[in-house]
Amino acid sequence: MKKIILTATGFTLIVLALAQTGNTLKASMDRGKKVYDTYCLACHMEDGSGVPRMNPTLVKTKWVLGDKKTLALIVLNGMDEEIEIDGQNYSNPMAPHDFLKDQEIADVLTYIRNSFGNKATAVTAAEVKTARATLKK
Amino acid sequence: MKSFYQILGAIGLIGLLAFTSEFGKGKNRISENGDITIPAGFKAVVVADNVGNARHLTVSPNGDVYVKLERLKDGKGILRLRDNNGDGQADDITGFGNYVGTGIAISNGFLYASSNSEVFRYKMNNGVADSATAERIVQGLVDRRQHNSKSITLDNKGNIYVNIGAPSNACQERDRQKGSKGQDPCPILETAGGIWQFKVDKPNQSYAEGSRYATGLRNVVGLDWNTETNQLFVTQHGRDMLFQHYPELFNEEQGAELPSEEMLQVSQGDNFGWPYCYYDQIKKQKLLNPEYGGDGKTAGRCESIKKPVVAFPGHIGPNGLLFYTGNQFPAKYKNGAFVAFHGSWNRAPRPQEGYFVVFVPMKNGKATGDYEIFADGFAGEFKDPSKARFRPCGLAQGPDGSLYISDDQKGRIWKVTYSK
Repeated sequence: MKKIILTATGFTLIVLALAQTGNTLKASMDRGKKVYDTYCLACHMEDGSGVPRMNPTLVKTKWVLGDKKTLALIVLNGMDEEIEIDGQNYSNPMAPHDFLKDQEIADVLTYIRNSFGNKATAVTAAEVKTARATLKK
Repeated sequence: MKSFYQILGAIGLIGLLAFTSEFGKGKNRISENGDITIPAGFKAVVVADNVGNARHLTVSPNGDVYVKLERLKDGKGILRLRDNNGDGQADDITGFGNYVGTGIAISNGFLYASSNSEVFRYKMNNGVADSATAERIVQGLVDRRQHNSKSITLDNKGNIYVNIGAPSNACQERDRQKGSKGQDPCPILETAGGIWQFKVDKPNQSYAEGSRYATGLRNVVGLDWNTETNQLFVTQHGRDMLFQHYPELFNEEQGAELPSEEMLQVSQGDNFGWPYCYYDQIKKQKLLNPEYGGDGKTAGRCESIKKPVVAFPGHIGPNGLLFYTGNQFPAKYKNGAFVAFHGSWNRAPRPQEGYFVVFVPMKNGKATGDYEIFADGFAGEFKDPSKARFRPCGLAQGPDGSLYISDDQKGRIWKVTYSK
């Protein structure tokens, strides 16, 4: 009997945790969309498709789906180099967005990693904090 | 009864013929005009397709078309398109020049072409540019990627005019960062943000040898010498981000419509006010930019700045300018201006606009009426820059008065002709 109760409790906790994760992801995505619409959409477009030769696409690229710290550092430092994605060059500078809070950056990165056909793990405020700590003062 | 069936049959036959000929016409019209729409009486043929990022183009007296590429194709940055059988379509395409860029022009027996920091020229023999005679006449111009196209035009009096775009939106301390202050004075203006004049026949000139002909121009991509008035005209791309950076001053719609894209008449010594000023085509006023204390109403130091000859809606990207001097098109086109609009991106989240070629009726360098859309339908179904089918960029006039249009999305080149 004890075993059953323990198992049931464990199961309930897992379900609760999963539900919690779902809620957190959705909440983060919703907040992230607001950040995206305010600071990112003008250049990267509503659907993340970007502008040829100028502003990079965010659709299924290694920059967005790859290393989270590298991605967070792009938001914090901005970007001032020419990059190539799928045979297309992009060279407009992106301003540093270090004025955004850790949570805002986590939310917007979670949003772009799970929008425009992308699917990748969420970014947490703690991960952004770690990335920010590596910036030169 | 027999006659009834005969009549019915005849009607059916007429209908079938009408349908067939309409269908045939429709089919021909699309292929003849290369998927763009142009006014009645005009025809367009595709000279070449998928040649790459075709920026500006120019046509030799012998009819060869020279196209400047922004990305090398088979290691070449300039393409020569030749039509041997006279059907308008190039059947002989060759290339030379191992540098990317935008500007290309022919004047007094030379072909001129620009990289993003230099200008080269080639001697022309019987209308054919000789790549072995390449000579660098300008070098060391600012290229920091943003607005780095070096468009060119010539006055046929020994001078070449080169646009040096400002590598910046509004000369903020941190470019394009919300809240970052505008630098005053803007240091960029010393080496960019204007039109520079150089001699056509001196090798390796740079800032010290050239002169700043006009300043306060953010980014000019289209420029042409008006031979009717003997003056320089340019098309300027206005600043971005009024709504995104100043939502308390500009709403979403104002951010899409403002500031104006401008056609300007440029005289030596002119200052058009960038980064301090922008043109509001609705208020018809040069106004102070918010980075410099502007609020969307105050003119301040911008009051005396020269106004545009023609004002277009915001962000639609006037990349090509051509004064039409030919005799092939109807009389109203003579000395008027064609402007190729690349299509917008900074109108988001509002729908994107542009992706067309307009005509401005003009006389003595002044507009004599409203501009009208001449060629349209380039974008196809979607007007987002990454999805647009074609993006008009360059314009040129052939020796027979035909109009050439280039697209830098995939590289289609159209030749537009008129017949009564």
